[in-house]
Amino acid sequence: MQLKMALAGNPNAGKTTLFNQLTGARQHVGNYPGITVDHKEGHLHYQGRTIVITDLPGTYSMTAYSLEELVARDYLVYNRPQVVINIVDASNLERNLYLTCQLLELGAPIVVALNMMDVAKTRGIEINAAVLAKHLQVPVVPIIARSGFGKDALLSTALQVASTNQQWNPLNISYGDDLDSTLAELIEIIIAESLMTDTYHARYTAIKYLENDEQIQAKCREISLKTAQLLDKIVNKTTEHTRQTLDVYPEAIIADHRYGYIKSLLRQGVITRKFDTDRLYTSDKIDKILTNRLVGPVLMLAILFALYQFTFSWSEMPISWLKYAFSWLSSLTEEMLPDGILKSLIVSGIINGVGGVLGFIPLIMFMFFGIAILEDSGYLARVAFMMDRIFRIFGLHGSSVMPFIVSGGIAGGCAVPGVMATRTLRSPKERMATLLTVPFMNCGAKLPVLALLIGTFFGENKAKYMFFFTMLTWIVAMLAAKLLRSTVLRGAPTPFVMELPPYRFPTIRGLCIHTWERTYQYVKKAGTVILGISILLWAMMTFPSLPEEVSTSFTQQRQAAMTAAAADTLAELKTKIEPLSEQAKALDHTISLISNTEAELALRNSIAGKIGTSVESVSRLAGFDWRTNIALIGGFAAKEVIVSTLGTAYSMGQVDSKDAQSLSDRLKEDSNWNRVVAVAALVFIMFYSPCFITVVCIAKEASWKWAAFSMGFNTIFAYLMAVAVFQLGTFFNLG
Amino acid sequence: MRKDQHGIIVAINVAGELGRRLREMGFIPGTHIKVCGRAPLHDPVAIRILDSTITLRNNEADHILVDIE
Repeated sequence: MQLKMALAGNPNAGKTTLFNQLTGARQHVGNYPGITVDHKEGHLHYQGRTIVITDLPGTYSMTAYSLEELVARDYLVYNRPQVVINIVDASNLERNLYLTCQLLELGAPIVVALNMMDVAKTRGIEINAAVLAKHLQVPVVPIIARSGFGKDALLSTALQVASTNQQWNPLNISYGDDLDSTLAELIEIIIAESLMTDTYHARYTAIKYLENDEQIQAKCREISLKTAQLLDKIVNKTTEHTRQTLDVYPEAIIADHRYGYIKSLLRQGVITRKFDTDRLYTSDKIDKILTNRLVGPVLMLAILFALYQFTFSWSEMPISWLKYAFSWLSSLTEEMLPDGILKSLIVSGIINGVGGVLGFIPLIMFMFFGIAILEDSGYLARVAFMMDRIFRIFGLHGSSVMPFIVSGGIAGGCAVPGVMATRTLRSPKERMATLLTVPFMNCGAKLPVLALLIGTFFGENKAKYMFFFTMLTWIVAMLAAKLLRSTVLRGAPTPFVMELPPYRFPTIRGLCIHTWERTYQYVKKAGTVILGISILLWAMMTFPSLPEEVSTSFTQQRQAAMTAAAADTLAELKTKIEPLSEQAKALDHTISLISNTEAELALRNSIAGKIGTSVESVSRLAGFDWRTNIALIGGFAAKEVIVSTLGTAYSMGQVDSKDAQSLSDRLKEDSNWNRVVAVAALVFIMFYSPCFITVVCIAKEASWKWAAFSMGFNTIFAYLMAVAVFQLGTFFNLG
Repeated sequence: MRKDQHGIIVAINVAGELGRRLREMGFIPGTHIKVCGRAPLHDPVAIRILDSTITLRNNEADHILVDIE
């Protein structure tokens, strides 16, 4: 029979490290609140038994306030693991035992894994595990999760506990006369009505009722409104009483007594300290520099910039290899297959789609590796600490800084890893606001478009304008966050209360597991959807194809041009040996002119083209003609596509997004374009709907509802901005 | 409280989520705390309590009543 084992403990207590030690972690799902808090599961064989270990989210407590805590509690209650390993940080025993205490009150069969005995020792803390075990009345096993010390002892003890298969046996802590008598009253009713007694012990339900636990209260109301009201009445009476006599809520008294219980326990020879508690540990010394008021921010900027460099320049090479491999595959297919829809589907739809999915992998891997270093070392919490004051103004959280920078806060990032980086945020509303505003930043794919338009219309001040637009994205993103936080994501800020964990050296194994699992999640969750949408977009830009007679006429034109030319010129063109003669060049030019016109017509005739043309009356308000519209629709596939689609729409054939001189010249001459239109287009491109890969990531990190919101909100927002720019600019005749 | 000042918590005057978060971190009357430092913009504040360092925004820390040693 499979044995169910759960791993519970405080964040930063070494839970993940132990989990990795025990299972070699085949799966990992981050500890993120908001929408989906999954739990991780791993398998293990020990003493001939198969053990399934569930890594519960790290929590400090077992209330119903955060989703993590609910997930953890519900798992224990409904899945009833045979044994719970409660990992406890020996160097911070008192606080860690607060959770232990609540696990005991719940009655779960636990084994305490006393982690970081080595750290405790260097801090001069000696812990007598045997005495602790005696007083807690559960086994206590000293371990060092990083090195694997004590792993076997822990597992065999856990198996022993599991094999006794005892009843859940809750610990009873006295909460003082007032509360104890109230509890007794509540318990009587709960037992009489057998309210959830098959799930929770009556005393536990009673305590949770006193603690004002919303989940338990809601469940009681569901089962029996009458009983719930009865319980409410008793609780309210007591609350009023404690408020009047002691000016505290019952839940505060309960917490007091829990800590009191822990303190009295520790005083009985469990813990001996060699040093003064005021002693500065290495970690504090590092903090003296890294969070110094003057040096700290400078170092932080340097570290974040280094991470940015690491992510985007180091991943460049593998990305270019992938690009190379895919373009090789494209050209191979191009040669192998006959012209037609199938070829176009495979090259433009499938190969580009798969390439699009895989192209982000190096980026995501490098970014998560970098973030894992910052997170595991404990530095990320310091960044949040230092940046919080600024981000709070806009309803965000100190931890929001990372996603913003990765998304393009320093121009040239990418919103896909940026959206995924919001996982480090633990406050649900702040996280959503960050998630929805990071796509505003100037990602690497918007840069060629920006460069093209700025170069064309503001060539003389290119650097200045680039800087201006980078600043503009920051300002707009922050204001948009503020807007969201005061409308759809309205609500008081989540308490910032956050632990600054001691600095630790990340383990290579931990970093690799982290990186691998997040990357795998991206491929698994987003990959298939992205491929599907890529094909859909391809179809939109391709179908319906030009009517037969039109495309035949183009073929005939090409034929005519070729027959008109001399035979040797034609032969020369076929051989493609450089340098071509003047006649061959001229012929080549004529043929490509015809093909480009055909491509333009085909694009205009496609669904995307028809949409682009039909919304022209609306987009005119912002100064965009149908060509720009189609390019913007193409930009939904990936922002750099805007340049190449614009090229096709202007019958310029294939335009390389990196070198678009010809397109630039063409735009300059076009009567539809001027400086005002350029700025309106720039504003629109920077702020409109994120590319669909980002949208899919938002859907996977939040929900499809939010992803749709992001597309709609951003597009409307960008449109209004663009209209304002165009109308004002035209009014003042700035073009 | 200034940097490096010590104190004993007298009361936590806040209910709801913040109160609960503070309590689970060990902010309980009678507990010894020390101000470790403040962020560059003077907010949030880092507090040493039990054996860990906890950061709070100033307006959150305002709810904690301390007897300064």
